[in-house]
Amino acid sequence: MRGQISTIFADPRHGQICALSCLILLGMAVFAFEMPWWRPATAVVVALSVQAALGWAMGWRFDWRSPLITSLSLTLLFRSEGPDLVALAAGLAIASKTVLRIDGRHFVNPAAFAIVSLVLLFDGAWVSPGQWGAEGWAVIFAVGAGVAVTHGAHRLEVPLTFLVAWAVLSFGRALWLGDPMAIPMHQMSSGALVVFAFFMISDPMTAPWHPVARAVWVCLAAVIGFALQMSWIVTAGPLFGLVAVCWLVPILNRWFPAPRHRWRPIPFASPKKEQIHA
Amino acid sequence: MHNLWKPLATGILALGAISAAEPAAAFCGFFVAKGDAKLFNEASKVVMVRDQDRTVITMVNDFQGEVKDFAMVIPAPTVLKREQIHVTENAIVDHLDAYTAPRLVEYHHADPCRRFEYERTLSLSGTQAPVAAQTGAIRRKSLGVKIEAEYTVGEYDILILSAKESDGLATWLTENDYRIPDGAAPVLGSYIKQGMKFFVAKVNLEEHAKSGNTFLRPLQIAFESEKFMLPIRLGTLNAKGKQDLLLWTLTRKGRVETANYRTVRMPTGNEIPTYVKEDFGPTYKAIYGEAVNREGGAAVMLEYAWDMGWCDPCAADPLSARELRELGVFWIKPQPENANQRVAPQAQDVSVTRLHARYDAESFPEDLRLIETGDRQNFQGRYVMRHPWKGDSQCPAAEKYRASLPERFETEAQTLARLTGWSLSEIRIAMRDAGAEPSGDDVGDWWKDLWKD
Repeated sequence: MRGQISTIFADPRHGQICALSCLILLGMAVFAFEMPWWRPATAVVVALSVQAALGWAMGWRFDWRSPLITSLSLTLLFRSEGPDLVALAAGLAIASKTVLRIDGRHFVNPAAFAIVSLVLLFDGAWVSPGQWGAEGWAVIFAVGAGVAVTHGAHRLEVPLTFLVAWAVLSFGRALWLGDPMAIPMHQMSSGALVVFAFFMISDPMTAPWHPVARAVWVCLAAVIGFALQMSWIVTAGPLFGLVAVCWLVPILNRWFPAPRHRWRPIPFASPKKEQIHA
Repeated sequence: MHNLWKPLATGILALGAISAAEPAAAFCGFFVAKGDAKLFNEASKVVMVRDQDRTVITMVNDFQGEVKDFAMVIPAPTVLKREQIHVTENAIVDHLDAYTAPRLVEYHHADPCRRFEYERTLSLSGTQAPVAAQTGAIRRKSLGVKIEAEYTVGEYDILILSAKESDGLATWLTENDYRIPDGAAPVLGSYIKQGMKFFVAKVNLEEHAKSGNTFLRPLQIAFESEKFMLPIRLGTLNAKGKQDLLLWTLTRKGRVETANYRTVRMPTGNEIPTYVKEDFGPTYKAIYGEAVNREGGAAVMLEYAWDMGWCDPCAADPLSARELRELGVFWIKPQPENANQRVAPQAQDVSVTRLHARYDAESFPEDLRLIETGDRQNFQGRYVMRHPWKGDSQCPAAEKYRASLPERFETEAQTLARLTGWSLSEIRIAMRDAGAEPSGDDVGDWWKDLWKD
């Protein structure tokens, strides 16, 4: 039994799916998030369907985990009045992985790209960063689950770098303004920030492969996101910061070559399996 | 069974202004007192109209204190021109308050043996008129503080100040005999560094006397800013304990919520005992207080979100196009004088949100950052009261109806206890005194409330 469980969680995506599902359930049940059942349902169904259709068209093997994770993380941060925009966001997220590819890899975080695109294009789409609250069990759970999942994917340094960068900016700004430390503390304890750090920017597939490039890239995302948010242009600065720096990933991967991320070691990988659309 | 519970008559009791029962209200900047006047700043009423970058803010001055000592300091994003400042009538904000107020809906059960119904709508709403205030002219002595502009608008003398550093502004205010609250300088400094100007308003005694008003009218400012926010930090400085903020937003896309605090809907649709009818104000205050406590005091409560063209049930009529324009809804076309002021419901294109925050510097350290969502679903804080039928008709349906009442009363008692945090035993006693016998039994279970807290 124990062996079976550890086999299941050998792939960190399974842990991520569990963590995201728990966060959604927590949001629905306990924290009075505006989380109707149709939002996760639509996102999951559409993402899986689009992935299957594109996989069939491109001749890729269908892998349910990646679209499921994309749709669940989309659900956590994206808000719309009806299911139509959720469906569009989920479809766009999955499609972006097929269209926006360089060197055979997608490089744009699909969920972040879909959220930012829809927020910019449609009045009926928005992000509710406040709905995660600023303290409490949701944040603690998100941190715990996030640490477990990103550690499993050997990407724990990504959320930590992001949060440290954000903290430096937030506390630095407060010091410059002469604000009480309660203000940056409040900003740092935002549940939405934690969810973003551990479940969005930490995606190993769309981050640069080289650790140094990755650290620089994460810091740049934090700086751009913070600047956008503090100049009040957007309320969900981190998401916009991530989408702004996504386009640098192919360049950074060329300048700083490193082995690409694999969810699981594939000792007998055939060239065809390299094309698995993860 | 359900048919028997159809309302025979419907009544709506709206809470005109929850804040009316509160101590004196003020804007979320701070009042600056001369001398030792004791000032209160425990509730604020603000209306924000916003579309794209265009913003109009209406600030209600329910100022209570020594009239001559009145002064107000508000951070403003730009140096405002004379035409960007306006004074309006309290009645419009009162109307908006009444229209969006949490409501108590009253149903009278029909005789279970006969079935007919009629409908009646009551509306009890209204706000208290603010108390008069006035003050002398501001002394022109600048200590590193630049007076960018100076206007008299209505009964107000207004200065737009800019400062290079907080000590200069604090010194200027102090040397001009304004008592600024402790801790104001760092907050002023923060706004200065963020490029904000300061809007200082006092009452022009002559103009105030000419107007013949015994109260201060709301001040309005119109400006463009990408920042959709409400500065509340200055307001926490001179308030004792937590204070209330009622914020109405009038927007185009949909409901407004806070981006840096959780926005939570008030409990709604609950059936509560009929005896609270006369005390709905205090009851709602308790419901609100309990809802805030459940969120750990760190959430903004949503009390109303609706398309400003209709209402159901209506606590007050929707605002007319003229009233909306007066509040700053610039995208509505002016109506001819003799035209019917009520435009067609679909044509309003205005979404109203009523947010209610109870805050202090600890629970709300940051200014409120707001987001206009695309959510156009209607929401209202609504509580239901069902008056039982008390006739003496005899039929099987009537017997069944009477037998079902104690269980229903008990459910109502438990609902009220849960919503308000009040003692269940006391609610049952009050219900019995009012002639409703809940099925719950208190004999022997006095301990239920003993360790409740």
